[in-house]
Amino acid sequence: MDTKVTKKKLGLKEKYRFLTRDLGWEPSYHTKDEIFPYVNYEGIKVHDWDKWEDPFRLTMDAYWKYQAEKERKFYAIIDAHAQNNGHLNITDARYLSALKIFLQAISPGEYAAHKGFARAGREFPGVGTMVACQMQSIDEIRHAQTQIHAMSNYNKYYNGFHAFADQRDRIWYTSVARSFFDDSMSAGPFEFMIAIGFSFEYVLTNLLFVPFMSGAAYNGDMATVTFGFSAQSDEARHMTLGLECIKFMLEQDPANLPIVQGWIDKWFWRGFRVLGLVSTMMDYMLPKRVMSWREAWNIYGVENGSALFRDLARYGIRAPKGWDDAEKAIDHMSHQFMLGLYQWSFGTSFHSWIPCDEDMDWLSKKYPDTFDKYYRPRWDHIKKLAAAGTPFKNYGLAKLCQTCQLPVVFTEPDDPTMSCHREAEYKGEKYHFCSDGCQDIFANEPEKYIQAWLPMPQLFQEPNNGDLAAWMDWVSLKDGLDNGDYDGSQDQQNFQQWRGMATSNQ
Amino acid sequence: MALTSIREYIGVPRDLQANFNGKQLVYVSWDHHLLFAAPFLFCVPPQMSFKELVDGPLAALTQPDPDAASVDWAKVEWLKSNQPWTPDFAASLSENGIGHKDQIRFRTPGLNSLRAAA
Repeated sequence: MDTKVTKKKLGLKEKYRFLTRDLGWEPSYHTKDEIFPYVNYEGIKVHDWDKWEDPFRLTMDAYWKYQAEKERKFYAIIDAHAQNNGHLNITDARYLSALKIFLQAISPGEYAAHKGFARAGREFPGVGTMVACQMQSIDEIRHAQTQIHAMSNYNKYYNGFHAFADQRDRIWYTSVARSFFDDSMSAGPFEFMIAIGFSFEYVLTNLLFVPFMSGAAYNGDMATVTFGFSAQSDEARHMTLGLECIKFMLEQDPANLPIVQGWIDKWFWRGFRVLGLVSTMMDYMLPKRVMSWREAWNIYGVENGSALFRDLARYGIRAPKGWDDAEKAIDHMSHQFMLGLYQWSFGTSFHSWIPCDEDMDWLSKKYPDTFDKYYRPRWDHIKKLAAAGTPFKNYGLAKLCQTCQLPVVFTEPDDPTMSCHREAEYKGEKYHFCSDGCQDIFANEPEKYIQAWLPMPQLFQEPNNGDLAAWMDWVSLKDGLDNGDYDGSQDQQNFQQWRGMATSNQ
Repeated sequence: MALTSIREYIGVPRDLQANFNGKQLVYVSWDHHLLFAAPFLFCVPPQMSFKELVDGPLAALTQPDPDAASVDWAKVEWLKSNQPWTPDFAASLSENGIGHKDQIRFRTPGLNSLRAAA
């Protein structure tokens, strides 16, 4: 017969110790180097792993409870969204282009981050680090899933959502986000933490999620607002993990400083290039706009970023090398991108359009020094071509940057009328770049970036050999439905017709 | 170090000329004409003459620019790998020294309909 034992409830501190720090052990029949083979080759010196602090002190049991609660709320709202014809409550179906880009390019990035943190959790020897990485890994796969579920309702009614996974791998504009994550996942665990945990989560995530989620709210998209909230509550933990990692490295050994600074320079610039898509979304794709990209940059980039780097200055860290070039690009990048997306819209699984007069007036107000001077004349001409029945399509395809993989739509930092031409030779092959930032990244590790799978040159190789129609099949792009100008698209017609049925007696 | 790695690592470039079925890539851009969002990518045979490249795909793609009709190809200033350079129109791309993934630029001073009002 069992004797009844009075169970003592564990205090929070004890629980944290048992469920995290005490999970580690000293290996007896393998060396630490054998168990953690990837922790030294990047050159980061660590003397005491126990110095890694976890300010959240979250244990797995509490984590499950919080997350389960969020999931219940999330799916209740997603159900309500589907049952209440949420797909008709958005401001305008143009808004969906932003969502399609997000689903094709960013949600797979969440999945990649999940894989990356699972690996980092295995490769770091410190127990506090392992547990924090595992939780973030589960967060990231949850984000990917909730995003896909939230947007699946739109897939029932609109084009361009149906093949995001193929398009993540094969279409051209997604390769900027994909290569960002592939680059980080093929680096060592410390660089991965700087890439995702610090640069992306800490320096740049506000510029991605805050404008995107408020954009969703402004445009009546409850499904996206909901996954935004559900994910955003994890971000505080993610940002802390990233900042903790950087402080830990810098405090462990002074020799770590130049390595860490190099990674900050690199990953700031790579992240900044990914944000190009966000700038276009904010300035052009939201029918009802929250703020301009310039305004968002001033708040989240200049103010928050400068404060962060002031804080890190005591460790010897300076602002990223590309910081000034980034500032010079802010008033140009969204316009340069949108011009590209419009002229290559035959190859995009979302719609773009010529901004209407009202939109152009808004743009000149928000970009008083650049829009009227450089970009309005181009849009006016494109409008004329469309009116003449010869809409502008650039079938020339584009030169891509070997590092960030974007079409080289960018201009010289000090001359917005001159396309930025940068090239380098490595082992007898020529490589091209969009900027000094991307060329520097290549020059530091050429053997990595020569392997880049650049979608446009690939179109001319096996299996498509330059056949555009075959390429469309291969990327699961339905010509005439998923791509092209919003004006006259099936998405536009359906939205107007269904909305008309919902709001009138026609 | 060409790569931070646990042991020596040799990468394989994905865009070697051998992968293009006898053709090569050439990039061409028109300075200060940014209606075209990025330099054009052409996949053409190295035996193609420079004139064929200009009169064929290049002329076709630049046509939407309002300056296109006024371009006098005999007077255009050329650059290759960002250095001034003079092509031989009758000669092939390879005879002109245009290698795989070379970047050609051209300038048409005075023609700038869509360029920023200073």
